[in-house]
Amino acid sequence: MTASNLIPLLPVEELARRRRRAESQWPEIWSLLDAVMDPEIPVISLYELGVLQDVDVRDGVVVLTMTPTYIGCPALQIMEEDAREALVSAGYSVVEVNISLSPAWTTAWLTSAAREKLTRYGVAAPKELTDQVSCPQCGSSDVSIVSEFGSTACKALYRCGNCLEPFDLLKAI
Amino acid sequence: MTANDSLLTYCLRLGDDALILGHRLSEWTSRAPFLEEDIALTNVALDFIGRARLFYQYAAELQGGDATEDTFAYTRDVRDFTNLLICELPRGDFAFTIARQFLYDSYVLLFMEQLKASKDTRLAAIGAKAEKESTYHVRRGREWMLRLGGGTEESHAKLQRAVDDLWGYTDEIFEVDTVTAGLIADGVAVDPTLLREEWLATVSRVMAEADLSQPSPGWSVEGGRRGIHTDDLGFLLAELQFMQRAYPGLQW
Repeated sequence: MTASNLIPLLPVEELARRRRRAESQWPEIWSLLDAVMDPEIPVISLYELGVLQDVDVRDGVVVLTMTPTYIGCPALQIMEEDAREALVSAGYSVVEVNISLSPAWTTAWLTSAAREKLTRYGVAAPKELTDQVSCPQCGSSDVSIVSEFGSTACKALYRCGNCLEPFDLLKAI
Repeated sequence: MTANDSLLTYCLRLGDDALILGHRLSEWTSRAPFLEEDIALTNVALDFIGRARLFYQYAAELQGGDATEDTFAYTRDVRDFTNLLICELPRGDFAFTIARQFLYDSYVLLFMEQLKASKDTRLAAIGAKAEKESTYHVRRGREWMLRLGGGTEESHAKLQRAVDDLWGYTDEIFEVDTVTAGLIADGVAVDPTLLREEWLATVSRVMAEADLSQPSPGWSVEGGRRGIHTDDLGFLLAELQFMQRAYPGLQW
């Protein structure tokens, strides 16, 4: 059976996250946060990336739950600040951010739409289920790895054998 | 020792391993053989320092009072650190750094796979997160082992010397003392003795693939868990802790 015949199954924890959003009492907060982008890849939001896990309001305090992509990711702090700023400027005065490690972040949570946005931005995203890599510039699958690590912890450096351009890949973990 | 004290000790050991090795890796920043490798080593350093923060944050909560993650990193002296000796050895040449990472990461991967099943949910979450990163570290480490082992006569000789020099530090990784034994019985800590066989099989296989001879046992060093360290740790801490020692409480 080839990959294209498979029904893409969402990991349960990602299904639960989407349900939390769909059933949330605070849809306006989720929407506001859709404008907060990843500081390193400013075309996908914290929600699309999977970093934003939950939104709640307790006693007037907005409580966000976020999960790091990588444990040592220095961008997490920027993400926290950006999320806080977006909410404060929309009138929510007290915002708390909880960092939760479980469930552990994985590229499997990315939707195909988010993968598409990454590719257009020039960062290759592994294909759903197959983890197959193709060049974000020309689409060729004649690619080779240059370095297991790229400009940030979550990326690896690749080169395309067809158009000869280098590119970043969001590593499948 | 109460259960809380044991858990605190355990968290500090794991935090110390990660911080000290992370610092050693960070020393390569701007000094690695080429740019991509510079970035790679720095990224791996970040992974370890991130882990150290998680273990220290947990330790700070267990200790209570004014303790924070920084208290443990910046205000303890050499004898208070309980990291494994293999983590503190100077970075050496590139072959030494690669060999240490490979030997140690191969163990850490097995360790984190087990920590995931800890009855302590906090430790289990750290295990699940770190396992993913370590899988990547081990894959990369193996590739470097093969490249250096099968490279030039010089790279092969340097790698062989590195594994020979490191081998006697690997026994300590698998030691269990009363603190760990108690936590293992409670289902909180990982029993490292159960990982040894698989670890040895993995590293032996890769060393054979890399055309290296298995180092002969016959010497073994330990002491890190009791605060007995090599001279090198003091110098490392002098650099790591300088700002907080010179300007206590400094923030930026």
